[in-house]
Amino acid sequence: MTDDKKFAIQDLIFRIADDQLIIGHRNSEWTGLGPILEEDIAFSSMAQDKLGHALALYTLLNETGEKDPDTLAFTREENEYKCCHLVEYPIGEYDFSLMRHFLFDSSEALRFGMLSGSSFEPLAKIARKFRGELRYHTMHADTWIKQLGSANEESRERMQSSLDKCFPLALGIFEPSDYEEILNADGIFPGEKYLQDAWLDHIDQLLRASGFSMPDPNNVTPSYGGRKGQHTEYLKPLLEEMSEVYKIDPEAEW
Amino acid sequence: MSLKSLDPRITREELPEEPDSSPVENIHHWVTYEVFHQTKKGDRHIHVGSVHAPNHEMAYILAKEQFARRADCVSIWIVKTTDVYQTNYRDEDIYANNQEKMYREAGGYKVMERINKYKKEHQKK
Repeated sequence: MTDDKKFAIQDLIFRIADDQLIIGHRNSEWTGLGPILEEDIAFSSMAQDKLGHALALYTLLNETGEKDPDTLAFTREENEYKCCHLVEYPIGEYDFSLMRHFLFDSSEALRFGMLSGSSFEPLAKIARKFRGELRYHTMHADTWIKQLGSANEESRERMQSSLDKCFPLALGIFEPSDYEEILNADGIFPGEKYLQDAWLDHIDQLLRASGFSMPDPNNVTPSYGGRKGQHTEYLKPLLEEMSEVYKIDPEAEW
Repeated sequence: MSLKSLDPRITREELPEEPDSSPVENIHHWVTYEVFHQTKKGDRHIHVGSVHAPNHEMAYILAKEQFARRADCVSIWIVKTTDVYQTNYRDEDIYANNQEKMYREAGGYKVMERINKYKKEHQKK
C-alpha cells in the first residue's frame, strides 16, 4: 500500500472512530437520568454499542500501524481528534439529544452501508458487522421522530427547534477531506459529498412525513473544522472527564 | 445553592437542593404493553415483562432493548395490557381440584415406571 493511500484510509477511520467514541460518551451521560426507565436503558445500550464500534475501529487503526486502542482513545491532544462538532455538544434537553441521535445515526447507517462494499476489506468487514445494531439505532430514532412530530404542539415545536439548532452542526459531519480523490478512485469510500446528498434525501423524506419543516441546506453555514482538529469549547472538558480515571494509572490492567 | 454530587453530571445540572415534590400529572403517564419473546423459530412466545409506551411501535423499540439485548431472540410480540383478558385471584378456587379422580391425572399411569426401568437398563450398556 502506498503511503498516500494509507494516510487516506487512516484519516477516514479516525473521523469515524472519533465520532463513535465522543457520541458514545455523550449519550452515556443520560444513563440514570433518562426520561423514562425503558428509554434510559435503550439509550444507554446504544451508547455502549457506539463505544464498541469505536473500539473495533481503533483496533483496525492499530493494525495499520497506529498505537493501541486505549492510547488512541484516552491520551491524544484535543486537536488530534477528528470528530465533527455535532457529537461534541453537551446533551442538553432530551429533544436535542434525540434529534442529534436521529441526524447522526441516519448518516452513519448510510456511511457504513457504503463502506460495506469498500475495496479496503478490513473496513468493509467491520461495516457489515455493525449492520444489525445500526438498524436498531435508526429504527429507534425514526420512531421517536415520528412520535414527537405528531404527539402535541409542545413536542413538535421543541423537536423543530432542536432540528434547526442541530442542522448546521450535522452538515459538519460531511466536511470534505483532503483525501477524497484517493478514497474515491480506489473504491474505498465514495466521498463526503456523495454521502451528504444521500443523507439529505433520506432525512428530508422522514422529517416531512413526521410534520417537521426541513431547513434549506443552501441557507445554512455548515459547522466545519472538527475533521481538521479545530473543535468547539465542549470537547476539551469532555476529554478530561472521559480520561480522568485512565490517566490516574495508564499502566493499570483492567 | 444547587445540588452538589460526586457525579459531575448531576452537579452540572444546577438542580435545587430540595427535590420538586409536585405530583406527576396523569397526562405524563404512558400505558403498559406486555412483551413476549421467542428464542428460536418454532418455539412458543414467552411472556418476559412489560414496558410503558404510547403505542405499539414505541413499545416495540423499547421492548427490543429491554428484553432482547442479551438473550437470544428471533421475534417479539407486543400486546396492550388492557387487551389481555385476565382472571382475578379472588376466583382462585375455580382452579381447585380436590375430588378423588386420580384416574384423570397423568401421575396415575404406571407407564413412567416402565420408562424409567427401560432407561436404567439401557444406560448400563
